Amino acid sequence: MTTVNAPKSNTKVNKLGLEKAVYKGLESTLCNGCGHDSISARIIDACFDLGIRSEFIAKFSGIGCSSKSPAYFLSRSHGFNSLHGRMPSVATGAMVANRELTGIGVSGDGDTGSIGFGQFKHAIRRNAPMVYIIENNGVYGLTKGQFSATSDVGQELKHAGINELPPIDLCLEAIVADCGFVARSFAGDPKQVTTLLKAALSFKGTAVLDIISPCVTFNDKDESTKSYSWGKAHNEHVIDATFVPYFEEIIVDYAPGEAKEVELHDGSKIVLKKLDRAHDATDRMAAIKLLEEAKHKQQFITGLIYINQSRADLREQEHLPETPLVHLPAAKLRPSKDSLVKLMEGMK
Amino acid sequence: MTIAETQPNPARTKAGEPVVNDFSITIATKNGSGSQTANATLLRALFKMGIPVSGKNLFPSNIQGLPTWYTIRASKEGFIARRQRAEVLVAMNKATVLDDVQKLESGGVCVYSDSLGYTPNRDDITFYKIPAGKLADASGLAGKLRGYAENMAYVGVLIYLLGIDLEEVKAALTWQFKGKAKAIEPNIKTINAAIDWAKETLTKNDSFKVERMNNTGGLIMIDGNTAAALGAIYGGVSFVAWYPITPATSLADALNFYLPSLRTDPENKTPTYSVVQAEDELAALGMVLGAGWAGARSMTSTSGPGISLMSEFAGYGYFAEIPAVIWDIQRMGPSTGLPTRVSQGDVLPTYFLGHGDTKNVILLPGSVKECFEFGWRAFDLAERLQTPVFILSDLDIGMNQWMSEPFDYPEGEMDRGKVLTKEDLERLGGKWARYRDVDGDGIGWRTLPGTDHPMAAYFTRGTGHTEMATYSERPEDWEKNMERLGRKFETARKLAPAPVEDRVEGAEIGLIGYGSTDPAIIEARSRLAAKGVKTSYLRLRALPLSESVESFIRAHDRVYVVELNTDAQVAQLVRLDAPELAGRVFPLNHNDGLPLTARWIVEALEKMEA
Ligand SMILES: Cc1ncc(C[n+]2csc(CCOP(=O)(O)OP(=O)(O)O)c2C)c(N)n1
Ligand code: SF4
Repeated sequence: MTTVNAPKSNTKVNKLGLEKAVYKGLESTLCNGCGHDSISARIIDACFDLGIRSEFIAKFSGIGCSSKSPAYFLSRSHGFNSLHGRMPSVATGAMVANRELTGIGVSGDGDTGSIGFGQFKHAIRRNAPMVYIIENNGVYGLTKGQFSATSDVGQELKHAGINELPPIDLCLEAIVADCGFVARSFAGDPKQVTTLLKAALSFKGTAVLDIISPCVTFNDKDESTKSYSWGKAHNEHVIDATFVPYFEEIIVDYAPGEAKEVELHDGSKIVLKKLDRAHDATDRMAAIKLLEEAKHKQQFITGLIYINQSRADLREQEHLPETPLVHLPAAKLRPSKDSLVKLMEGMK
Repeated sequence: MTIAETQPNPARTKAGEPVVNDFSITIATKNGSGSQTANATLLRALFKMGIPVSGKNLFPSNIQGLPTWYTIRASKEGFIARRQRAEVLVAMNKATVLDDVQKLESGGVCVYSDSLGYTPNRDDITFYKIPAGKLADASGLAGKLRGYAENMAYVGVLIYLLGIDLEEVKAALTWQFKGKAKAIEPNIKTINAAIDWAKETLTKNDSFKVERMNNTGGLIMIDGNTAAALGAIYGGVSFVAWYPITPATSLADALNFYLPSLRTDPENKTPTYSVVQAEDELAALGMVLGAGWAGARSMTSTSGPGISLMSEFAGYGYFAEIPAVIWDIQRMGPSTGLPTRVSQGDVLPTYFLGHGDTKNVILLPGSVKECFEFGWRAFDLAERLQTPVFILSDLDIGMNQWMSEPFDYPEGEMDRGKVLTKEDLERLGGKWARYRDVDGDGIGWRTLPGTDHPMAAYFTRGTGHTEMATYSERPEDWEKNMERLGRKFETARKLAPAPVEDRVEGAEIGLIGYGSTDPAIIEARSRLAAKGVKTSYLRLRALPLSESVESFIRAHDRVYVVELNTDAQVAQLVRLDAPELAGRVFPLNHNDGLPLTARWIVEALEKMEA
């Protein structure tokens, strides 16, 4: 294999023999301390840990500070920085065209919750195979501080004033659209973000990760629910999820009834351990209720909120051939001359 | 029965002399009355009698109840454009009968249903009243189906009056119903009853008739949207995303109809394609660009309103250089406009679709045969040029029935364009630049995601970029990139299908046309020639304009650009491209929602020349 670097003696390598540096991207141009950068770092961690071949990852994004970030991770992966709110459609087309690709989509709360709300819902509805990350800061960063659709009621911004509109809960919207993998996390919680990313990368359909990702420039006041201090103080894990790749033995040992094991299609497993709240992540109504209650009480609950692998993903719905559409030879793409002659006969 | 005094049309016939295979029939019905089968049967029977024909549906944007007209033109000389007036009218719609009769050519014929309560009000027309409802009794059908059978009553009467071959009508019905006796029989019964009744009751008192000819042998009959879909299928389309809109929907329908039989892999019984109905046109083009970027031959089809929604993605595709094929089956006006009426009004908006200096490659099919050809060729061009390629068809070509030579199988190998594989990258030692003009044609080399080489990846963006596809706001990078895109556009000018020219010795007048106006222009030229007016003709088949356009203008004193829009869109482009010749270029444009006629062209040209 051309891509495997020979392991050097003193640097850590993954199962492909690759150093972590291989998974990095260009240097970030985002503000110092921007939550989006820590999420990029977690994507690098997750892909490195899992030993993913970056060449078979495709990165997609819309427009926004968040959407710039695919340039800052996985430099060996093709990237497509598309249009504001239109990342899901681009990813959908590419994922159908080449079934060997794993898609990572990065979007912002403005990108997903406003201009791209329709594409977000429809990509989920189709179960387009991709990890859909929303780097949620409750504000438009790149256009300098307008309210987004996830801004809190009463949230105050320097130029925009006070927000009066209720926020859209993107996890709730994902579940309502029948998403089979819905998680919420916090950019300041590296362990949880990495675990959820790993699980999402092994999930078959659309996996939505709504990650609160503070904007240090426009929305990081202590009272903002999208700030670092709020996140740190209020982050409440509702489920303790452990991700076990298919090549590892499960070593976590829970008492009977305490944990639930969910096997993903690639053979890896998620072990869900109930915490105080006793949330069952496989129960859709429970997940909706949990989110509604949390919204009502302004609680910041994180973890894998809902998982359900029963729906066919878009590739299955389309009955795609084993060989990716993009690799089909001309002989399979162009019907025979004979068939055209026959067709023409029938139209005479 | 009412038979008025016959006043033969002095312009067309001498009294009593039969008019053979040279007239138009208009059938006026209501939307949803099930007349399509009857009309298509008549068209096919005439076609199979060897008579050149065309069939056009003039229909409202409505599902049921509004007036609809179907016109069949039979022309022994092979002219298949719409004619302004018909000689034969079948009046089945009470709401329009007065107007329909008024529009008949003097000396014409009107067959009308007794249910209209109509009393003939022109004495230069021959009228035949028919008991359509009663004749439908013979079908043995009840309810809605019996209503449909009424249409077969006029088929029977026309068979008798015009001398249409009954056997060809039966064959046409069998063909239409794919041999299903249960569906065919009630129709034949009605037709027979109508013929018997007509023989017994009517006295043929007009001069129109058909006679067997031998001018359609070997030809097929098809609509442009089906032709386009087949072209795409033979062009190896593997991804389609679309959103329903008249008059483009039947293109996607045809894809869905033919793909399963033509493109299921016989080895493993799986489809070699995917068709996704998108949530809107923005998503449709987004998916198409995603798939095109990944390396699939991908396309969408839409009409004007969808084209506007695709604008942002079109500009992106142009600038990020992603292959895509976009069919625009043009209809009239903005918003819903006149969605079931034809126009060529999207040329300029599509040419410049995008933002920040975009000039798109556009193909202009002038026949169903070209719809097929451009259907596959567009993929070769899009992948070679790494850009969205638009194909501007229209409602007339797309949805109406046209005679055609059988389609030719695509020549040569597919051109998959400049793609670097893993092996290429190994050979190059991983050194390459996505947007570098290595070959001098303005087109860079690309890699596809999933290429197993550590140097394969690049970052696609709409923002300013260097040759290496890295972010850049440097003025010189931007300018250099735009310069290269300009070079690529010149490459496109050479690769796009060249115009078809017919230069006539000694002609002072040149005509430029494109798309569905071709038959009307051909006929108009013949009429003008008969009057001693020589014209040359250049039919455009693509934008950017070929260099031959300039030489064509130079060779003529006056060049008229014939088109179906209000702003004389292509005339403007021609003037833009050849500003020093602009004074010789005149618009000859018309935009009333109907297919162009030779009569309009001749009259408008004579006015301009006067
Ligand atoms: C069609 C269109 N409209 C508006 C914009 C301007 N625009 C760029 S980014 C952005 C908002 C980004 O906010 P968000 O998605 O929350 O991302 P963040 O910058 O906060 O990470 C807007 C409105 C655009 N690029 N395209
Ligand atoms: S403006 Fe906000 S979102 Fe944008 S880079 Fe800076 S901190 Fe991040």
